[in-house]
Amino acid sequence: MSDVILQFDDVSVRYSGSITALSGVSLTVRQGEIAALLGANGAGKTTLLKAASNLLPAERGRITGGRITFRGEDVTRKSPDDHIRKGLVPVLEGRRLFKSLTIEENLITGGIGAGLCQSAIRQGLDQVYEFFPRLRERRQSRAGLTSGGEQQMAAIGRGLMARPTVFLLDEPSMGLAPLVVAEIFATLARLNRETGLTILVAEQNSSVALKHALHAVVIENGRSTISGLAADLASREDIREAYLGGAVPAS
Amino acid sequence: MDWYEFLFVIEVAVGGLLSGVMYSLVAIGFVLIYKTSGVLNFAQGAMVLFAALTFVSLVERGVPFALALVITLLIMGLLGLAIERTVLRPLANRSPMTLFMATLGLAWVIEGGAQLIWGTQVHALDLGISNAPFEIGGIFISNFDLVAAALALALVVVLTSFFRFTRTGLSFRAVADDTFAAIAIGLKLNRIQAAVWTAAGVVALVAGLLWGARLGVQFSLSLVVLKALPVLVLGGFDSVPGAIVAGLIIGASEKLAEVYLGPYVGGGIEGWFAYVVALAVLLIRPQGLFGRKITERF
Repeated sequence: MSDVILQFDDVSVRYSGSITALSGVSLTVRQGEIAALLGANGAGKTTLLKAASNLLPAERGRITGGRITFRGEDVTRKSPDDHIRKGLVPVLEGRRLFKSLTIEENLITGGIGAGLCQSAIRQGLDQVYEFFPRLRERRQSRAGLTSGGEQQMAAIGRGLMARPTVFLLDEPSMGLAPLVVAEIFATLARLNRETGLTILVAEQNSSVALKHALHAVVIENGRSTISGLAADLASREDIREAYLGGAVPAS
Repeated sequence: MDWYEFLFVIEVAVGGLLSGVMYSLVAIGFVLIYKTSGVLNFAQGAMVLFAALTFVSLVERGVPFALALVITLLIMGLLGLAIERTVLRPLANRSPMTLFMATLGLAWVIEGGAQLIWGTQVHALDLGISNAPFEIGGIFISNFDLVAAALALALVVVLTSFFRFTRTGLSFRAVADDTFAAIAIGLKLNRIQAAVWTAAGVVALVAGLLWGARLGVQFSLSLVVLKALPVLVLGGFDSVPGAIVAGLIIGASEKLAEVYLGPYVGGGIEGWFAYVVALAVLLIRPQGLFGRKITERF
């Protein structure tokens, strides 16, 4: 349980050479755990996850200090598709499905991106439909016409198609009804239990994330401020009020 | 309107539709690249010229027709790969305006290169398709136009099946929808762009041969792109079906306008009528008939 798989050491990031998005974030993700990355809007959660997949250059950002290692290797040395082939798979904020493609075609692109062969893709589809039965019913619908919950499931499914060992999930709860959020997190927990998938999930919805996570880190204005066991963070009233937006309903 | 007048309208319209197919052919090349890179490829006209000039020069040097076609096809493929490697890759993640300026420069390089290699003379291009009109039910139709339309149709069928049924085609549609998400899930943008530029090169070859056979192969062939612009505005820059339908509309309407509106304004409106149509479309429906709705807020 204690093998470190993804390590962020004092990471700083800038966009276009001038805008500082992160300044000194540290975080450790261990094999097989669910880790939560918490913080308000604009705190830098998305930037941190993109940095881990080496997606920052595509938006003209770069790591200016510290380093991120995946299985001991500096992530900036490999391209995003190399990371996916090694099992480090991002699920972007806001779903970002291909809206004019059907749900099934979206899932297939996930397999193509990971360089899988035809039969492996078919196998992957079956697995995704097993975890998200609702996607099987909607597989011929254009992604842009499905509900927010279905789109989030499809986005996670598209990630699963790449056979991940580590999932970088950015705000899966965004804009969804509480029941749907609960359903999605329950499936993520099941994936974690049954397949050993390691998950780093960024969330504003801290109560649901803390409920499922083992460790959690709070970042604020581009710095990591508090980290520890999720259960400890969840029980500390002062942390909730100071960093997690106060009004978190007791669960 | 008596029967013969009616037949005449039909004949003008059919002639216009068939010439419209030729516009669509050029426009499709633009659409392919616009969908993947979000850029109006100013060099498309130069590629049309380059393809036609290469083919005709090979034939004039005694290379058999079929072999010349294959060689030109290969050269257009290599050109697509070279453009991806030397222009697009170094400029990845730059603004669309930067890329547009790059294609402007590319247009001059390709045109200059074509003339450096093959010279500046005007070449006649004979594809062996007879231009004699034939009659169906009292309507005269140009044989050449009909063959051109059939070729264009075949090309569209091939392209459509490529994008619908292959992995590269699916990846292309994904990139066209959301480039960043496509990179994030591991699709190889470089490879897809190379494939698309190659496809655009093939489209340029077909357009170059047909337009070259009609106008002669010369420098001004690269100006056929000017005829594609109103088609793109009308059909939408990101829609292949849009390019086809708009080409047909533009072709038919400019011929009909020439015959029926021309006499009132002294004639010669065929040359600019398409742009008036495009202007009207821009005012009423800026995304074109089939283009993606512009839903961004400013």
